[in-house]
Amino acid sequence: MSEYITLSAHNLHHHRGQREIIRNVSLELKRGEVLGLLGHNGAGKSTTLQALAGVLQIDSGRIEICGFDLKQHAQEAKSRIGFLPETPPLYQDMRVDDYLTFCARLHRMQPADIAAALIQTKQRCGLQDCGTHIIGTLSKGYQQRVGIAQALIHQPQVIILDEPTVGLDPTQIKEIRMLIRELGDAHSVILSTHLLSEVENICDRVEILHHGRLIYSDSSAGMQQHGQQPGFIVSLLTPPTISVLRAINMVTQVEQLSPTQFKILHTHAINSGDIAVPAALLTLAAQHGWQAQQLVPLKAKLEDVFNQLTQDS
Amino acid sequence: MSTSPNMIFVIAHKEIRSLFAMPSTWLILAALQFIFALLFLSRLNAYLQVQAQLTQLANPPGATLIVAAPMFEALALILLMLIPIFTMRLIAEERRNQTLILLKSAPISSTEIVLGKFLGLFIFLSIIIIACSLMVMTLALGTSVDYGLLLLNVLGLLLLAASYTALGLYFSALTVQPAVAAISTIAVLFALGLLAGISPDSSIAFDAISPTRHFRSFNNGLFSSTDLIFFLLFSITFVLLTWHKLKNESA
Repeated sequence: MSEYITLSAHNLHHHRGQREIIRNVSLELKRGEVLGLLGHNGAGKSTTLQALAGVLQIDSGRIEICGFDLKQHAQEAKSRIGFLPETPPLYQDMRVDDYLTFCARLHRMQPADIAAALIQTKQRCGLQDCGTHIIGTLSKGYQQRVGIAQALIHQPQVIILDEPTVGLDPTQIKEIRMLIRELGDAHSVILSTHLLSEVENICDRVEILHHGRLIYSDSSAGMQQHGQQPGFIVSLLTPPTISVLRAINMVTQVEQLSPTQFKILHTHAINSGDIAVPAALLTLAAQHGWQAQQLVPLKAKLEDVFNQLTQDS
Repeated sequence: MSTSPNMIFVIAHKEIRSLFAMPSTWLILAALQFIFALLFLSRLNAYLQVQAQLTQLANPPGATLIVAAPMFEALALILLMLIPIFTMRLIAEERRNQTLILLKSAPISSTEIVLGKFLGLFIFLSIIIIACSLMVMTLALGTSVDYGLLLLNVLGLLLLAASYTALGLYFSALTVQPAVAAISTIAVLFALGLLAGISPDSSIAFDAISPTRHFRSFNNGLFSSTDLIFFLLFSITFVLLTWHKLKNESA
């Protein structure tokens, strides 16, 4: 069940005029997975997502949604997708309820199921009190929620969100992220963003798109360790001399940051993960009364990794 | 993708609803009824003045021919200016507001989108045409009405509205700016209307493509299958062109 592949794309190519927008993009998405598509402006994120949603006709490549080819079985494939484009596709003069009902009908939902889906979707997106409001009178944040609700109402297996948190205030961003996380449990979500914290918070996996090509793919935890030697910063109130610390097994480098703070780098422990060295250090600290106070593992900031990867050489 | 009448109706229903949600629609409807009533009254008045002289003719034309037929001709002219205002929004505005993406990402074919939009507006225009026809039919209160001529005029107007709508829909599919769509539709419709005015012996081929000229036979109470086929072909051609445009573009 968890290995069920809901979306697969092979070798997508697209160009506009002379310019190649995406080249050789291949993606796979499993059920219950949240995939973040990262990239600079103009890297081809929106184009990729539009291609996946079947809005854009790509030059070549094959896309399958739950086993249905997006070109040959467009109807079956598209009814399994929920898509939120960069600009939410809202009819400004419609009421929220009418709009969402129209979207449900567009996705060929049975009329009998629509009422229940409407209530559930509004509740999920925090729109309970807005049903009779005209979309044009809502604030940007609420319009964005209506846009997300539109992508969810027909219970699609694959949810494609193009910059879902753009233009929202911090509280709303937090709510939307929680919602996406929740959606990621039962559906597959693919979202594009240029906010790196978003990826850190909600994505299981990251793909980095640069000049139309996928240049990096990993779990988001894996990305934080990319190109990084394991290590930690430790505070010892009564520290020993540096040479004592250097003598600990597997430690490669010790740097004194302040009289009580030390940055310690070590090699990867093969069996016990990366906790062997800190554990050994804490045991020594307790034995010799170094008064260990704080131990912070070193994590590469996603931002550094991202910059390092997308550098134009 | 298969075409289902159900989805066509979903789109048509949405079009009609959004038309009635706009204040401008109601304003146009009210203004139209007002102008049409004024025309009707003045026409009726003129008829009453010459009625005495008409009775002296051997075979006097009836009220339907003298009052009703010119009313329908006037309505045909009004539709020529009115329909582009409604058709301009159909696709151009969806494109401008980025809502076309919603339709394109939904499991719905271009055929269903185009037919739904065409049908939605056509139903709305039928309401206008029928409302105006009912006004003309009040003639029956005072005199005997030639219902054959009346119904033929209504049929002619419906066909005319269908062909104007199809043309407007196509121009709306060509552009992002509703205003551009409206202006080009009006320009083309006027040009086609003017072709009907050219005397038949000088350019027979030209006025054959003018919807106004084909409506004239209906207006005079002449039902010919040529005219019927012309309107159907005209509408189908532009609906097909719209479908083709929509299918082959990326949003």
